[in-house]
Amino acid sequence: MIIAERKPMAEISRAVAPYKKVLVAGCGTCVAVCWAGGEKEVGILAAQLRLARSAEENEIVTLEATVERQCEKEMVMELRDKVSEVEAVLSLACGAGVQTMADVFEDKPVFPAVNTTFIGMPESEGVWVEMCGACGDCYLDRTGGICPVVRCAKGLLNGPCGGTRKGGKCEIDAGKDCAWVLIYRRLEKQGRLDLMRQYNAPKNFRAVKRPGRVQAVRA
Amino acid sequence: MNGAIVAFCCQHSAYPAADLAGKLGLHYPEALRIIRIPCAGRVDVIHILRAFEKGASAVLVLGCEDGACHHITGNTRAKERVKHCEMLLKEIGIDDRPAVMFSLSPNAPHKFVQVANEIEMVTRELREAR
Amino acid sequence: MVTPFRETLKTKDFIVTAEAAPGKGSNVAKTIEHIELLKDKVDGLNVTDNQSSVMRYPSVGVCLLIEEHGGEPVLQVTCRDRNRLAIQADLLFAYSRGVSNVLCLTGDSVDVGDHKEAKQVFDLDSVQLIHLVHTLNSGKDMAGNELDGSIDFCIGTSASPSSDPLEPQLIKVEKKLRAGVSFIQTQAVYELDELKRFTEFVRNIDQDVKILAGIVPVIGVKMAAYMNENVPGVFIPQNLVDELAEAPKGTGVSKGIEIAARMIRQIRDARVCDGVHIMFIGREDRVPEILAAAGLV
Repeated sequence: MIIAERKPMAEISRAVAPYKKVLVAGCGTCVAVCWAGGEKEVGILAAQLRLARSAEENEIVTLEATVERQCEKEMVMELRDKVSEVEAVLSLACGAGVQTMADVFEDKPVFPAVNTTFIGMPESEGVWVEMCGACGDCYLDRTGGICPVVRCAKGLLNGPCGGTRKGGKCEIDAGKDCAWVLIYRRLEKQGRLDLMRQYNAPKNFRAVKRPGRVQAVRA
Repeated sequence: MNGAIVAFCCQHSAYPAADLAGKLGLHYPEALRIIRIPCAGRVDVIHILRAFEKGASAVLVLGCEDGACHHITGNTRAKERVKHCEMLLKEIGIDDRPAVMFSLSPNAPHKFVQVANEIEMVTRELREAR
Repeated sequence: MVTPFRETLKTKDFIVTAEAAPGKGSNVAKTIEHIELLKDKVDGLNVTDNQSSVMRYPSVGVCLLIEEHGGEPVLQVTCRDRNRLAIQADLLFAYSRGVSNVLCLTGDSVDVGDHKEAKQVFDLDSVQLIHLVHTLNSGKDMAGNELDGSIDFCIGTSASPSSDPLEPQLIKVEKKLRAGVSFIQTQAVYELDELKRFTEFVRNIDQDVKILAGIVPVIGVKMAAYMNENVPGVFIPQNLVDELAEAPKGTGVSKGIEIAARMIRQIRDARVCDGVHIMFIGREDRVPEILAAAGLV
């Protein structure tokens, strides 16, 4: 799923400072699961905004709404009536959701309330780790299902750098595993280390022509 | 609700303690508003924020002693949520309205009263400091 | 007349290179001083490329200075700061100006340097970089276009014989050897046995590649502890730490030089590998003392 983290409050407050009535809009999919922008976070952020502004004696009215997926125009359209009532929208969706909202309601300023960080999975309660860089050229068949493109800090394709720390940790963070040590261990366990000995040619960074656009055929 | 001290009281500990305090005729602050809850773990960050929005001067979350929660981890979760709430309040520059978690047993009416009196004193001091 | 490094690798019994770290700024006076001091005492001067991800005078710039002052430069190229176009262009420039030795490295992460917010490139990795230089040597660029003018780089790379775990590193070394290198310089080594095991591993794959053991003098207990803790792939054994601890105050540098010289002599006398690469960053002026103490001049 897409992982995001809420922006610092000061940045959010600054963005909505000129407005008296805003819609705080959440998304019920990825960012809800990673505790950044679901219904619950919408309620908390709206309450914080109201409290902060009332302490400044500059009241703000907040509407709150969460749609299932803010990255889909049809679902964002459900907010039409609420958006028409406010001066600006504060979106807690990922970057795709914020832009969908801004596209659908072209005449309204839409501000992001989260920073979208990566595509990942939950590692433990409250901890998410990056898993995929959406590079459009998947290597997982050769690397035991462990992505070197994003899980190696340097995205190396032919084995670990010389920076691996004791016990197989990453050069830049002793709290993170070296992806290539993980790959080695998994392939060794599977008896497929020959895969690691194969040369991987330079990556095709045009595998996805940016900006990306895919025309799929429905089966 | 202006100036109220909102006390979320777990029905297995703080609420019976408050009840007992009443029966014993112990004195506790007039500003105290007791809300009965099934478990301290039921209290969410948003409940605390809403209490402040409605004018509360302090929020108490009162749950069971360590290891005595009827829902096993409700009290420890409440503690974490109150801590998180402190951060949220600090983030918006609100430092004169405390949110505090306390643990007590159902047969501790004196401790209940003591906690309530202490928080009232703290809020009075904060009010005067303003 | 300077002997090309490629020739030295083939003919010399015990090869000695030293690291030259570019300075921060346009004043190259000190760099030239070090070049003058070392150029005739070593077989090659190896110039770091924004070492430790700290922005400095460019590697290729110092290589040209070495060339001008009659030394033999080895150009370090990392994959951190340049994409495949920039790397190829820089290599064309370097070769056209007489720099014909290149050391292919991955490069440290920008996180350890002084421009932590920079975008790190890593368009290529070190194995791909070795392949790239071979491609240039064959008269073509990476896209398969013919190049005007011939190129013939002598290619080297690095390795970490003390890494933990070692096996994934060795697979990478194997890939580098299969890509084709003339020399390998190792991360700092302090254990002869470790170096021996590494040499055996390499010899099983490649009989001809020259192995230069990395020598970094340790000048005190604190530095030893720091390196053991923070420098990946470096392990300084306790007996060396004890020896440093016993050195009288103020004699750390000379003790470090003594230990380094002893290590070099042991490597040479036992023919553990083909030479050494001395890295005494910030104390380049003391490198001749190591060479003298090791009986190399």
